[in-house]
Amino acid sequence: MKVTVKFFAALREAVGKTEIEQELPPGATVQDLLNLLTQEHPVLSRYVSYINVAVNRKYVDLQTTLRQGDEVACLPPVGGG
Amino acid sequence: MTANDGRDAERAKLFEVTSAELSVDEVVGRLADPGVGAVSAFVGVVRGVTDGREVSYLEYEAYPEMAEQTLRQIGDEIRERWKTIREVAIVHRLGRLEIGERSVVIALSAAHRQETFGAVRYAIDRLKEIVPIWKKEVWADGGAKWRSEE
Repeated sequence: MKVTVKFFAALREAVGKTEIEQELPPGATVQDLLNLLTQEHPVLSRYVSYINVAVNRKYVDLQTTLRQGDEVACLPPVGGG
Repeated sequence: MTANDGRDAERAKLFEVTSAELSVDEVVGRLADPGVGAVSAFVGVVRGVTDGREVSYLEYEAYPEMAEQTLRQIGDEIRERWKTIREVAIVHRLGRLEIGERSVVIALSAAHRQETFGAVRYAIDRLKEIVPIWKKEVWADGGAKWRSEE
């Protein structure tokens, strides 16, 4: 299955992309995705313990199972205002 | 378009991220309603010095769709918590902002003033905690850093 992964702020700059399509095995979790992304982009290992993840625009935990077509956002610590 | 669609569209404008300059009057105007007797507002302004370092400008970035959804969630939380609050508007600016420009305007209305102050504080604290917006400080000496609430 395939999901769309979005990167923002420091993560976007580190990866050098705003968005990628990622192929995943069926039943993969958010944690599985982060592990895979960190292998492909080792620079992410600096950030991975701070990343919050949103699936389809809602915060989720790392055990959440992903589904075909999900929009997964990797969010560094927020700081608006 | 049904009457309800119209109401939802109207309501959506209360929570917005935009690259346009912010006007406090304009945001307060979004709350207009004959039952309102008090409006409290918070205005975030770009500060020229952080931790003793001179800031040249700020660059704001958002996950826009989720940011607006999360701002709306904060509005819902406030009206759940403070039953006297009638309406909430939160507008956050994105892109490059110069020193002294407004970065965010929060306004909320009630029949009477009492509970508006605490609710405004809740809104800005919660915004900094959960809304997917980031700011990069670009310093006068050429350095830059993405800044989060430490």
